[in-house]
Amino acid sequence: MTTTETSAPARPSAAAFLKDNLREYGMLMSLVVIVIFFQVATGGILLKPLNLTNIILQNSYIVIMALGMLMIIVTGHIDLSVGSVAGFIGAVAAMMMVQYNFDFVTASIICLILGGVIGAVQGYFVAYFKIPSFIVTLAGMLVFRGFMIAVLSGRSIGPFDVTFQKLSSGFIPEFFSSEGGLYVTSLILGVALALLLVWQNIRSRARHLSHGVETEPFGFFVGKNIVVLAAVGYIAYLIASHRGMPNVLIIMAILVAAYGFFTNRTIIGRQIYAVGGNARAAELSGIKTARLVFWTFVNMGVLAALGGLVVAARLNSATPKAGAGFELDVIAACFIGGASAYGGVGKVTGAVIGAFLMGVMNNGMSILGIGIDYQQVIKGLVLLGAVCVDVYNQRR
Amino acid sequence: MLAPVTAAERPPILEMRGISKSFGAVKALSEVSFTVREGEIHALVGENGAGKSTLMKVLSGVYPHGSYEGSILFAGEERHFRNINDTEALGIIIIHQELALIPLMSIAENIFLANAPSRFGVIDRSAVHERTKALLAKVGLGEQPDTLITNLGVGKQQLVEIAKALSKDVRLLILDEPTASLNEKDSAALLELLKEFRKQGITSILISHKLNEISEVADQITVLRDGRSVGTMDCHADVISEDEIIRRMVDRDMESRYPKRTPNIGKVIFEVENWSVYHPQHTQRQVVKNLGMQVRAGEVVGISGLMGAGRTEFAMSIFGRSWGRNITGTVKMHGKPVDVSTVTKAIDAGLAYVTEDRKQLGLILSEDIRKNISLANLPGVARRAVIDDISEMKVAQEFRGRMRIRSHNVYQETGKLSGGNQQKVVLSKWLFTNPDLLILDEPTRGIDVGAKYEIYSIINELADAGKAVVVISSEMPELIGICDRILVMHEGEFVGEVAGADATQENIMRAIMRRKGREE
Repeated sequence: MTTTETSAPARPSAAAFLKDNLREYGMLMSLVVIVIFFQVATGGILLKPLNLTNIILQNSYIVIMALGMLMIIVTGHIDLSVGSVAGFIGAVAAMMMVQYNFDFVTASIICLILGGVIGAVQGYFVAYFKIPSFIVTLAGMLVFRGFMIAVLSGRSIGPFDVTFQKLSSGFIPEFFSSEGGLYVTSLILGVALALLLVWQNIRSRARHLSHGVETEPFGFFVGKNIVVLAAVGYIAYLIASHRGMPNVLIIMAILVAAYGFFTNRTIIGRQIYAVGGNARAAELSGIKTARLVFWTFVNMGVLAALGGLVVAARLNSATPKAGAGFELDVIAACFIGGASAYGGVGKVTGAVIGAFLMGVMNNGMSILGIGIDYQQVIKGLVLLGAVCVDVYNQRR
Repeated sequence: MLAPVTAAERPPILEMRGISKSFGAVKALSEVSFTVREGEIHALVGENGAGKSTLMKVLSGVYPHGSYEGSILFAGEERHFRNINDTEALGIIIIHQELALIPLMSIAENIFLANAPSRFGVIDRSAVHERTKALLAKVGLGEQPDTLITNLGVGKQQLVEIAKALSKDVRLLILDEPTASLNEKDSAALLELLKEFRKQGITSILISHKLNEISEVADQITVLRDGRSVGTMDCHADVISEDEIIRRMVDRDMESRYPKRTPNIGKVIFEVENWSVYHPQHTQRQVVKNLGMQVRAGEVVGISGLMGAGRTEFAMSIFGRSWGRNITGTVKMHGKPVDVSTVTKAIDAGLAYVTEDRKQLGLILSEDIRKNISLANLPGVARRAVIDDISEMKVAQEFRGRMRIRSHNVYQETGKLSGGNQQKVVLSKWLFTNPDLLILDEPTRGIDVGAKYEIYSIINELADAGKAVVVISSEMPELIGICDRILVMHEGEFVGEVAGADATQENIMRAIMRRKGREE
């Protein structure tokens, strides 16, 4: 064994780098493959502007809740109650806005706070009472489903005020004339986002290189950024040629960026991963594990409430069925996206990709006329397969 | 009338010949020969890490035939054990130090866990009950067969383990430190039971640190040291003194296995007064009893003692109350009392504790070297609440160089490093918090000789830099080799203090044994 210091690391080739980082890019590639498959299989319907917009709208709440769920899973816990909480919050929102005429801002804020309180109660039992999260949130699932039905008295409440509906079904305002069917503001925003991403990548690479840190090979870096630019630009173009960017896409994008930054770069984000990786070691390193677990549940509650509001606005009513089974889609999105059931591992980008992977499959299979029965079978197998591949890669 | 058959004349039931066993580069056993005669109590003694447990694992089939060198003869035939089932079928039963009973099952269910008498696959409950009663009578345990294990004390649980062994037609009973967690009365009862078994012709191997017990019951004593047998003594032929056993256990040359250091000892940095801690579950049990100690700048203080003396518990209770309850006492740093009630506060007060079990308590094995090193001092690599990955990486690289951590780079997962390198990562983590006092708990356990030397060098550097260092270790030569002063701990108290220059393994052992003698 040698002890020589390697000051200038050998630059690996693009292919070797990709092989080493399979886990990171594997999910993204799976998503691309599935998109291409359904694009071909549906004869080009999948990526029609109208359909693409629909996919985003249909999956927005899953993505929003997956952000919270990812952090819960990373700490080594689970939350089965998110579907019920989302439904319950939707019902409370409907009651306040439709029956008691609250304005939608006040009602939404109260709903988000209520979601946080629900998360806090469950988090308290998990973090400080040390009751397994599976049990606490299974109880929560029943309790809030019950509360929801009680609030609604078994009926649907609606419709909502038009401004509230805009949360889910609205689009950002257009500042230019949309002649020729192209929403220029949305297109500009999309292209700006793509450029921002690329600029961030270039800046980060330059910073790393100036400190002599190993980075990805140059060819790979350029290729990656061209793909990002092209993909985001193309999606922005497609969206712009339907009705422009949905409001909820903006909310989603901001949340994804914020949570991505939070989990990757902040001290608390790092500590959350440490708790999931080895709670005892984290505690002996001065990390307040119980407090972190508590706050991840509070956060989950708020995001579940937001998800509930988005769903209610999209359906334009609160129904006793709303939110049923969401928890499974949300949890599946995290696991498909590479989160580990043992805790400590999982990325925001993975969870987002996982959510869209499921969304594209749902949508594609529906277009192909596959019944809901076999859709379930296929989704289940994809979940199992994705986790198997992940476990296999880990053992390599 | 014939003269009674002496131990040496009885036929051997077990012969282990030339047993060698390596773990990677570490040789745990080399050429050990071990002969046990029918119907005797054979004591196996040696320091922690001398190879006793490894030898018994070879014997009981935990390490199967082929994973070691040498041969095993049992009842006159050469045996190739593949697993524990093979040895149990022959009546070789091992009772481990950590009891393997299922707490929420009854005595009867535990005894007949794997081989319950049954008819057509249905457990015959009355037969189980009757047979359990008979077995409990044999070991002298007056409990009902359907009592849950969790309601029994450790001593009674030990007896249930023995009853379980008896249910399998035992010929050779191996007991690994059976009295380590028993009180005086239970220990005496257990030894009586062994004598009773001897009368019935059951052979026993007794692994123990308690030399007074050994001289009371053993027919022969085999001493292991550094993975070698240093001879077997016949207790009936000679009078064996405890000193003689100790001398054989620890006698060893102390070459240049420890780097030299000229101590430069300064002011008192760390002080503990009246420290007392109770067991978190058995709340009546006082594990640490009004301890006091001082450590000066540039001083390396060792804490010696047997397993279960309370050393780790003492250290962890100081470090943010990470162990125990009802903790009382004062901790002072630089002469001022400090609050060490949480780990964060202890770190802020300048304490660092390098845990005994680096995999379970020290590292996040799924994370890389860089993230492990920064973990206890994230603000040190962050601006406000945001981690600066460049400065984090630089810190990691600095420690990687300074500690000579062997890895491809700082992005390597710590789970894939060797034990020595893992330990260096844990040390780096704590050095990055810039502590004034470092408590190192078994810092060289399970790492090879070369890496040990490097760890000792790091300890010396820390002391030279004016830090106060406490080393907890079960390896006495290590403490003697690196410490300026050694405190001997026994049953939650300091029972002796030896200056480094005067320290020998004999006088440390003697301090412990004398105290034991007084208690028993």
